[in-house]
Amino acid sequence: MPKLDKAKSLSGASGIGEHTRDPSLFRPSESEVNLYQLHVEDLLSLNPNAEEDPTVTDLDNKLLLRDLLDISPVLTEAASAIIDDSFTRCFKSNAPEPWNWNLYLAPLWCLGVIVRYCILFPIRVVLLTVGWIIFLGLFFPIHIALKGHDTVRKQLERGLVEFMCSVFVASWTGVVKYHGPRPSRRAKQVFVANHTSMIDFVILEQMTAFAVIMQRHGGWVGFLQTTVLESLGCIWFNRTESKDRLVVAQKLKRHVEDPDSNPLLVFPEGTCVNNEYTVMFKKGAFELDCTVCPIAIKYNKIFVDAFWNSKKQSFTMHLMRLMTSWAVVCDVWYLEPQTLNPGETPIEFAERVRDLIANRAGIKKVPWDGYLKYYRPSPKLTEKKQQNFAEAVIRRLTNNS
Amino acid sequence: MGNSSSLLTQYDLEDLQNHTNHLFSQREIVSLYERFCALDRTGKGFISADEFMGVPEFAVNPLCQRLLKMLEGLNFKEFIALLSAFSARATQQDKINFIFRVYDTDANGKVTASDILQVLRDLSGSFLSDKQRELVLNQALEQAGYTKDSALTTEDFSKVLGNLKMEVEVPVD
Repeated sequence: MPKLDKAKSLSGASGIGEHTRDPSLFRPSESEVNLYQLHVEDLLSLNPNAEEDPTVTDLDNKLLLRDLLDISPVLTEAASAIIDDSFTRCFKSNAPEPWNWNLYLAPLWCLGVIVRYCILFPIRVVLLTVGWIIFLGLFFPIHIALKGHDTVRKQLERGLVEFMCSVFVASWTGVVKYHGPRPSRRAKQVFVANHTSMIDFVILEQMTAFAVIMQRHGGWVGFLQTTVLESLGCIWFNRTESKDRLVVAQKLKRHVEDPDSNPLLVFPEGTCVNNEYTVMFKKGAFELDCTVCPIAIKYNKIFVDAFWNSKKQSFTMHLMRLMTSWAVVCDVWYLEPQTLNPGETPIEFAERVRDLIANRAGIKKVPWDGYLKYYRPSPKLTEKKQQNFAEAVIRRLTNNS
Repeated sequence: MGNSSSLLTQYDLEDLQNHTNHLFSQREIVSLYERFCALDRTGKGFISADEFMGVPEFAVNPLCQRLLKMLEGLNFKEFIALLSAFSARATQQDKINFIFRVYDTDANGKVTASDILQVLRDLSGSFLSDKQRELVLNQALEQAGYTKDSALTTEDFSKVLGNLKMEVEVPVD
């Protein structure tokens, strides 16, 4: 089938960026893997449906050859995972609906392209450049000149970062609706939100100067992280370094104790998800003995899909895509603060908060850990299935004899 | 990726339908093709073992290594031919044949007790001993009128397994 083969090599062009990925991401450290396995174990015991093993049928009958030979449930599971699985769905960029392939609409659409790329985009670039000049022109002098006056300096810097984020939001004509009370600054609270793209951070930062926990990036984003965002008390780490995690945990503790620091914002999914689904929440933010304030973010895909597929696209390209679209439309809900219920484990607490966010934003939950993008699932999950099978066989064996 | 469906012509679709004995509708084939392209991340024209294992729900399946041997390196045509056993339109015989292939790793048309034991080992891992597995299998074989030296054929499989429900729905939008 030569036609198909050609088609394949064409569609394959998009996969080239794949090779430039940092290979170190694929080699998790030992402790990291253990940590991850613990998460899954915990999650499994939470979710009774995940325990169900289709190979085990009713137990009253004698063990027949049919029961041993019939592997169709296991095969069905495997086939449905190949045909469609809930994990890959979380990270699938949604193709825009082709509404314009029609004789009347196509010219309009072409006009739209011209407006977006030739008028809107240059205006936005100019806006962003001016914003940067003002921001950098003020930030560094203030940073150096006011070395001794920490409170004044922090306040000014906070204002500047909020200003810069507003410029960013304006550069994609962000139409953001904020619902619920604005976050306040006090000790012992941590904000958690679902994560779609780095622009989540910009959108939230525009209203309140949060200190955020983030993955360390390279390029210009990395430069901003180490210079500007440092002053907000942001904490970053490399998700594949377990040593980093320890340091982060300590920094977190110190940060939330201090009433003067900026409110802490965590994206507990640990990775960008396409805003249709939500993956497992990591429990870190829920172990701090703090009030957890959930934030739900839902993007409207009417003009552009805000999901940042970091494996396929650099952040700069992602921003370009947003800046050449008509607008980025989204809703932000500040939900009611939650505290750990008596007798509740941090993991159950995390699940409860995830429920709240998923319900509010109207996104579906999947039990997977988002880090499975980088690792294989733990063999313990397979072992669990094997154990269920073996136990059913043993029970029947004793029934027989 | 979203546009990959438009790369299949009507001619391709008909050809693929014939190849799979019309067990998949054209829309299902288009949907499977998109999925195939998504899994084949580097666009080689086949899906590597590593890419299959990147699907966590597949990777936790106890039979995944065995299935990988059948799936690895298939082009799209072979891929959907293999999966067609899971179509709701596939006959019982198609499904039995697929299961038989999973057991019959050396493809000699016969499944011996040792073939079955290997599958049982995949299914039960370290939670049953070799002895227990043998005991269970011998018991079950005798009950069904076979001995531990019998070699089962597809006809035997049809007789033993009877009516199977092994269907996977292909999502179409």
